[in-house]
Amino acid sequence: MVSLNDLRTPKTNTWCPGCGNFGILMAFKKALIETGIEREDAVMVSGIGCHGKIVNYVNINGFHGIHGRVLPTAQGIKLANPDLTVIGFAGDSDQYNEGWGHFAHAVRANVDMTLIVHDNMVLGLTTGQATPTSQQGFKSKSTPFGVIPPMLNPIAHALVSDATFVARGYSGDMFHLKNLIVEAIKHRGFAFIDVFQPCVSFNYLNTYAWFSKRVYKLEDENHDVTDHKKALKKALEWGDKIPIGIFYKKERPIYSDSLSQVKDENLTKLSKQNIDITSAMKEMM
Amino acid sequence: MIRNKISMLVGGEAGAGISRSGLLFAKSCLRGGLCVFGANDYQSLIRGGHNFYTVRACEEEIYSQADKTDLLIALNKETVLLHKNELVSGAGIIYDKEEFSINPEDVESKDVKLYHVPLRKIAKELTGPQIMENTVALGAATALLDYDLTILNEVLQDTFKEKVAQQNMEAAKRGFNYVKENYGDNFGYKLEKTKLAGSKRIFLTGNEAIGLGALNAGCKFYAAYPMTPATTILHFLAPLDREYKMVVIQTESEIAAINMVTGASYAGVRAMTATSGGGFSLMAEAIGMAGMTETSPVIVLVQRPGPSTGLPTYSSQTDIRFAIHVSQGEFPRIVIAPGDVHECFYSTVEAFNLAEKFQMPVIIISDKYLSESNATAEQFDQNRIGIDRGQLITEQEYRQEEEYMRHRITETGVSVRAIPGIRGAIVRTNADEHNELGYTTEDPVLTKKMNDKRFRKMDELIKEMENYETVKLYGPKNADVTIVGWGSTKGPIREAMKIINKNGKCVNFLQIVYLCPFPTNKIEEQLKSAKMTIAVENNKTSQLSGLIQENLLMTVDHKILKYDGRPFDPEALAKQIMEVL
Ligand SMILES: Cc1ncc(C[n+]2csc(CCOP(=O)(O)OP(=O)(O)O)c2C)c(N)n1
Ligand code: SF4
Repeated sequence: MVSLNDLRTPKTNTWCPGCGNFGILMAFKKALIETGIEREDAVMVSGIGCHGKIVNYVNINGFHGIHGRVLPTAQGIKLANPDLTVIGFAGDSDQYNEGWGHFAHAVRANVDMTLIVHDNMVLGLTTGQATPTSQQGFKSKSTPFGVIPPMLNPIAHALVSDATFVARGYSGDMFHLKNLIVEAIKHRGFAFIDVFQPCVSFNYLNTYAWFSKRVYKLEDENHDVTDHKKALKKALEWGDKIPIGIFYKKERPIYSDSLSQVKDENLTKLSKQNIDITSAMKEMM
Repeated sequence: MIRNKISMLVGGEAGAGISRSGLLFAKSCLRGGLCVFGANDYQSLIRGGHNFYTVRACEEEIYSQADKTDLLIALNKETVLLHKNELVSGAGIIYDKEEFSINPEDVESKDVKLYHVPLRKIAKELTGPQIMENTVALGAATALLDYDLTILNEVLQDTFKEKVAQQNMEAAKRGFNYVKENYGDNFGYKLEKTKLAGSKRIFLTGNEAIGLGALNAGCKFYAAYPMTPATTILHFLAPLDREYKMVVIQTESEIAAINMVTGASYAGVRAMTATSGGGFSLMAEAIGMAGMTETSPVIVLVQRPGPSTGLPTYSSQTDIRFAIHVSQGEFPRIVIAPGDVHECFYSTVEAFNLAEKFQMPVIIISDKYLSESNATAEQFDQNRIGIDRGQLITEQEYRQEEEYMRHRITETGVSVRAIPGIRGAIVRTNADEHNELGYTTEDPVLTKKMNDKRFRKMDELIKEMENYETVKLYGPKNADVTIVGWGSTKGPIREAMKIINKNGKCVNFLQIVYLCPFPTNKIEEQLKSAKMTIAVENNKTSQLSGLIQENLLMTVDHKILKYDGRPFDPEALAKQIMEVL
């Protein structure tokens, strides 16, 4: 079993003091400990942005990839070696702007992995521009007169794409988030958690105080996680009360269930022997 | 009577099964022991338009299509109009005069024989589908050439499911009998079995050869998004994925494909993707990521004319610079340019070995002409190139003496690779500059060290490349002129050489197989003694000459360039070369 100490890395953390990323980091570490997954058996994949640095702060296998491409990279890893637990970390611009095209397809494919989006409703590392989840009217360096289009709703999008695990967390409630991550990792299929992550440097609007006043837990309302219609309704809630927790959960075959070739064989175990291609040449004679 | 030497062209609308019929005829020649080359010319549309497939069969080895036609199967009038100038004297046309007429002035050539066969009527009598017209025509062609119908029947049997095979055999028989009854032995060409008949040779495209190479090399992950002319690799591998224990995925985009493949490669499996220029553009950033993370994806770049979406179904050699420079920053990569189906196969196996040994992306650059033309090959020697995974530690081998460093700085630049999952080893990599453990760094000293480390692999690679056939010389060592080229022009160049040498001139051909690292020494060795050099390329700016100039400070004397989307015709090429001589 891993301990917090095992997960520590020599890297100095460079997030701004008070950044919401710290809550996600700690929740993730605690979730790893709780699930009992060994460090060698998990891979974290991240995109580019403040969130992406998380790979430097957890001592497990890691792939710090490029902007917006967390999902395909993570899917490639998982499909190549289904024995690994794969957890993707993305930023809201990373995933919902640059990587948006991959999102619907990852949800559909239902590859057995977890995606955690650090949703601070702003581009952090590039010093504070608007993202798709910035609220309408939000003023930023790139939108001095306020964001024009309405917010993108990733929870609703995931739901209508037939997602099998859709949740929202809040990094200001670390214990709750840890539980979500544990559930997500345990879920057989693509588990998606959008996490409210206050950016103390660039988001003057969606602050800890702002979130803390608004968020409430779905489980406190005895929300039925198997009710798709209800989940959608909850996904559309925004304003004075914003739900966090698991919106929806269901079982659906994962991508590799339809791949007999990976059922009982780990593809990484390629022998040094050449492979007989005689039968593939038959059609050419 | 011309024996065992024929150039046949079948043409018609898209959707009429043109390439299928060409292929069936080609295979029946192959099984009779002939050498065959088949080239597919089609437009970017699904129905209508004009498609044609040329089959050249011969007793000696052949390397390309021919620009003259001996026998034309015209499934529509347009085929006659478009190809009449290619007909040799004594050529024949199989057509259906109940469908369209051919005026003598349509075939201006003095001596063209018209063979009417009621293709449509026979096909209709049998089952109705018009598509069988082409099989009737194949039977007719077999009779005209006095060839053995049983060979064609065998091919039909092996190609189609039983019921369809029976129908097609009947169609072929009727076409055959019609010709025998109506025209006898009136055609001046004859095909017969050679002593190679029944040998186990294969007939395949460059893309199929690349697919076979990937299978043989133990590629376990293939992800791609359709783009002509790379798509047929996906089509080839997809149905084989279960049998060969491989994951084959059609992704949502090329960006997804290359990132998946790189992820899979990090996870420890051999992985490949293929695309054409547009898709390759989208992959650019992730190819750099593979360079930075020292992962080993194999990327097949099948060129077509550009810029932008250009001519989707035609051929060009315009992306050397793009391949060797792709992505921002500096990082080592390998670019291999196979020139025929053999090289497509062996280069692909080599590509996987090099990718893993040197932990860098490998690009195989090919083009439409190579990727979709069929050529005869001996069955590939499956054991010629073994699987070499480089410095890869296995679970059993891993001794936990100190912390595992994915990017350990070594003398050769290659760091021992562990794949995630091995007890005790944490495998961390990073698209940002990183230290030996894979953690992000912005330290200037480390930045330089890591750059040097990555480029030391290139030095090692260049040393190893000395033992590889990075260039190949065809023809005599001393010649009046040395042709330089790369990729698919190899076929037409070798055909042109035959023609030139028959004319008493002496030429040789230097094929550059590895474009990156550029085999400067070997090229210099060959070129410094050359009396005259000519670059032959399917591009406008002679990209290869540019590379030679850049690397060798040597100017290529002449350039013969073709950039209309079509491959070189051997005869026209020979003529152009002789004009320079
Ligand atoms: C292809 C590409 N475009 C742009 C950038 C510049 N860039 C770096 S981080 C970033 C976005 C950061 O925003 P977000 O994903 O929300 O993450 P955060 O920093 O807020 O955690 C961008 C656009 C990049 N690295 N790559
Ligand atoms: S800029 Fe914002 S998101 Fe980035 S580290 Fe600072 S507080 Fe966190």
